[in-house]
Amino acid sequence: MTGFPIKISWLVIVLSFCFQVGFCRAEYDYIDISNPFLRKIPIAVPFFKAISGSETELQLSGKASGLLSETLEFTGYFKILDRNAFLVNPQQAGIIAANINFQNWTAIGAELLVTGGLLTKGEIIEMELRLFDTFKGRLLVGKRYKGWINDQRKIIRRFCSEVIYYLTGDRGIFDSKIAFVSTGTGNKEIYISEFDGYNPEQFTHTKSITLSPAWSSDACWMAYTSYLNGKPDLYIKNLKEKRGTVIAKPGINITPAWFPGKFALAATLSFSGDPEIYLLTGNGKIIKRLTDRWGIDVSPVWSPDGKKMAFVSNRSGNPQIYIMDVETGRTERLTFQGHYNTTPSWSPKGNKIAYCSAESGRFNIYVMGVDGLMLGGNNNGSVQLTHNAGDNESPTWSPDGSLIAFSSTREGPSRIYIMTAYGMDQRRLFDLPGEQTNPKWSPRMFND
Amino acid sequence: MRKNSWMCLALLLVIPTLLFNISCSCGKKTVISEPSLIQGADDEAARLDAENAQKEALAKEAELARRRAIEEQRLQEQLAEEEAAGRKIMAARSLFEKEDIHFEFDKSTLMPSEQEILRRKAQWLRNNTDAKVIIEGHCDERGTNEYNLALGDRRSESAKAFLVDLGIATSRLTTVSYGEERPLDPAHNEEAWAKNRRASFIVE
Repeated sequence: MTGFPIKISWLVIVLSFCFQVGFCRAEYDYIDISNPFLRKIPIAVPFFKAISGSETELQLSGKASGLLSETLEFTGYFKILDRNAFLVNPQQAGIIAANINFQNWTAIGAELLVTGGLLTKGEIIEMELRLFDTFKGRLLVGKRYKGWINDQRKIIRRFCSEVIYYLTGDRGIFDSKIAFVSTGTGNKEIYISEFDGYNPEQFTHTKSITLSPAWSSDACWMAYTSYLNGKPDLYIKNLKEKRGTVIAKPGINITPAWFPGKFALAATLSFSGDPEIYLLTGNGKIIKRLTDRWGIDVSPVWSPDGKKMAFVSNRSGNPQIYIMDVETGRTERLTFQGHYNTTPSWSPKGNKIAYCSAESGRFNIYVMGVDGLMLGGNNNGSVQLTHNAGDNESPTWSPDGSLIAFSSTREGPSRIYIMTAYGMDQRRLFDLPGEQTNPKWSPRMFND
Repeated sequence: MRKNSWMCLALLLVIPTLLFNISCSCGKKTVISEPSLIQGADDEAARLDAENAQKEALAKEAELARRRAIEEQRLQEQLAEEEAAGRKIMAARSLFEKEDIHFEFDKSTLMPSEQEILRRKAQWLRNNTDAKVIIEGHCDERGTNEYNLALGDRRSESAKAFLVDLGIATSRLTTVSYGEERPLDPAHNEEAWAKNRRASFIVE
């Protein structure tokens, strides 16, 4: 972005000036992300204070505070309070606890408050960001960042990540990306955007049909299916270096799913004359065949511990989701409702599977609890998350399990949408030319 | 040209006669006038001969032309026949390629009507032993595109298996699944979906 080789080392020198917050992190009494009836916490994010008062700072202040509000709101945990209701002028009010009159904030219903101050020197920006509990009048998170002005978005993400970590005990989604398929060029190609839809970039240039992106669990590799050579072959590509391999056996080579923590993946290959799921190395060598039933076996997905694999099979006559214990090979049918259940996605915590189900010709996203499954217990029933809004397919969990991305035709052409794990706050991720399908949320990326 | 040759012919007849007359003119003066008569008769004969030759040539030419015309007609008929036969072959090939077989929703089993089409295709493959064929499996847009890729694979494979059962060599048949990625009819209704659930056949 800036072109400076030392960008990364420059970016965000974090000076944590509040270590007393550390010991209370174990409580996580602010947000319990496993609560389906989560109340949104009212939070106030006044304009950041321009410390030297320069024109640049004032402009950046509005942009940065707006971006911080949007980023926090994206998580679905917060209700962002309207700035018109604020009782104080942020350019005059203090930004540290001693100078804040918290009653001005509790009076308008704010339970949390984020204050910010920024100072620019040439191309360099310094930002101080603080999160307060307005009722306790206490500082919860305080950070100072220094970086290029262009890296402002990264600074804000990093702070939001701290905020979410403090409030939920989970690192959240801020270091993640979303891969998806778009027809913007006239061909189906894979694109990658930030988790919030920002900066979508074309990843493949096959001028062909390209489908089913799959991230390795270290987010270093991407596998996908492409018709680059006239038939559906499996491509495995390193995301940083120009290397990889192609699996091009006769028939279909489709639906890759990386094994957690290993350079190995499951995929459906039909070279035997029948679509079966195989375990392959990242270099494309078959380790073993996992399914051996006549008919379709497709769309594998691993439990986070790698001990089980969910997949779609039509062995009962129509597509249903099955779970296999990888060690014993024992397989159980998971879905019994309806005649069309596909695209399972295993939640990062391992206790749920989101999937797509058709009922009277309409496709919707459901979530099923799988706790205790294969321990003699049955599944915990399913919950429908999308209703009466076009066809909804391909659910994919955010790395913290708080959100689900999916594709929907609710506005006509297929687009990517986001909702909470409980189906709340459904919204479109971006507005791009063509149609978007097949979203796949990346794991957290630590290398940025 | 023709006039010149006639003149030449006349001269050839006249000159030896003159020479003969000169050689015996000393003894037979009375017959002096005769050669002129003979000469006149010779001229007439030569003219007739020439005329006949000309007629003959013309007749020959006409005969040749007639033969040529017959030959030409024969060739043309043959060509037309060949063309018709070629068209027939092309028409048979075009029918082979144009006629898709269709499937029910989420099914890859071959309905009796579609088996009938496949039997005709097998016949064509028997008549065209050099032909290699790509069988494409397609689905309608409903459902998951991942599952549909596998369903398209099953559809093309069941068509292939049927042809192999009818004696067509496996090596002549390749399958490709396009899932729901290449609809014939882009509309979103039952009519379009029925058209799109198909296996199609392409001669390599």
